[in-house]
Amino acid sequence: MPRWFYQLASPRWCYQITGRLLPGFAIAAVLLLMIGTVWGLAFAPPDYQQGNSFRIIYLHVPTAYMAQSIYLTMAIAGAIGLIWKMKVADMVAKSCAPIGAALAVLALATGAIWGKPTWGSWWVWDARLTSMLILLFLYLGVIALNSAIESESTAAQSTAVLALVGLVNIPIIKYSVDWWNTLHQPATFKVTEKPAMPPEMWIPLLIMVIGFYCFFAVVLMLRLRNEILRRERRTSWVRELLLQMRG
Amino acid sequence: MSAFQTKKLPELKPGFETEAFSPGKILLATLKRDVKLAFRRQSDWVNPLIFFLMVASLFPLGVSPEPKLLSTIAPGVVWVAALLSTLLSMDSLFRSDFEDGSLEQILVSPQPLYFVVLGKVLSHWMMTGLPLTLMAPLLGVMLFLPFEGMGGLVLSLLIGTPTLSLVGGIGAALTVGLRKGGVLVSLLVIPLYIPVLIFGTAAIEASLTGLPVAGHLALLGAMLVLGLTLAPLAIAAALRISVSG
Repeated sequence: MPRWFYQLASPRWCYQITGRLLPGFAIAAVLLLMIGTVWGLAFAPPDYQQGNSFRIIYLHVPTAYMAQSIYLTMAIAGAIGLIWKMKVADMVAKSCAPIGAALAVLALATGAIWGKPTWGSWWVWDARLTSMLILLFLYLGVIALNSAIESESTAAQSTAVLALVGLVNIPIIKYSVDWWNTLHQPATFKVTEKPAMPPEMWIPLLIMVIGFYCFFAVVLMLRLRNEILRRERRTSWVRELLLQMRG
Repeated sequence: MSAFQTKKLPELKPGFETEAFSPGKILLATLKRDVKLAFRRQSDWVNPLIFFLMVASLFPLGVSPEPKLLSTIAPGVVWVAALLSTLLSMDSLFRSDFEDGSLEQILVSPQPLYFVVLGKVLSHWMMTGLPLTLMAPLLGVMLFLPFEGMGGLVLSLLIGTPTLSLVGGIGAALTVGLRKGGVLVSLLVIPLYIPVLIFGTAAIEASLTGLPVAGHLALLGAMLVLGLTLAPLAIAAALRISVSG
């Protein structure tokens, strides 16, 4: 395995590396989200059926992607922590859960707002919506379990097991629109096919998706750095860092 | 150590022999022990059954005593009641073993934990899921479920409740080290119970309308197979974490 992977396992190195990466990701996130929002909301052509109400796609699709990607990140980080006993991986998994839960709420809320004008109701109990709701419940379960166990390492290991068990849900969300007849439309982006939308519509969406990934990276790094400082507060390097900051 | 190893392990001390038994032997021994224990402490398995009966009887009083309405909600009500009473009984799966220290003895024993866990979950199902399934037709009659639906009701519960016990075992194992596990187990496990509930009630609806039931039951069976193969691994890992933490 490459050297940086081992270095990432040390909280101190991880703190330094993320400190260097943070500004770049922050700038990219702000730029991409700004360009994507303005392009999508103001300049992209209106849909021939849905008119302007389709524009919420520029929030709905990225947040829904993120909710699932973050769960995957959390489960993989949890597995790494469980197998190689990497403290940083545990911290990554712990930092992921609240971000993912927030984005799952956003995806459900924007979906409801979009559903009202197009389907005529805020909510339908179809496969895609239900599996997304289960994803939110899984996030809440992970957060509840993590806060219920006092010992940090036991909490991390237990939540990792729970996150891995909940992984069953991810393919169900992904394929729910193919397996069942649902009101929800099929996937917007596929690796093997061209999107059904014209480029003026999907390019801003792609920019938004990449922007949201950068945004997640920024929030994750911020939370992770806080967590590192909190857990390593008794080590000498954190004390030195704090003394430096005080000047 | 392989799960199917039956030969003698190296001796720890002179005169002290440890033997790894065959999987079937371990399963049977655990099953016998847990069933015996359950019969000596009857409230553990009788209370969830009474709860099942009581919850189902709330619906005619709370929603409407009208037979037509009740017969349409009956499949869902019976399934939700079965799900809740399984959840209620989940806490007792490892709790007493954890408190009197026998769980630690099970963990340090040279026997493969997979089969011990499977035996414990199986005995739990025999004391909750199976009686629930047998009692379900009574509830069906109380809720005016038409006779055509009874087959689907019993079959779906028969295939679905073992999955509930297996998945619930994961939640019980994760929270066994905590003093107050009660509500937390439900929070962890209910999201994972939803698919079983969906296909369980779908099977009853299908049998009510005369549609083929086999597809729904096959999906329930697939979930059971997935649970049987993977859940004991997760339970074993969770138990090791909870007990050592």
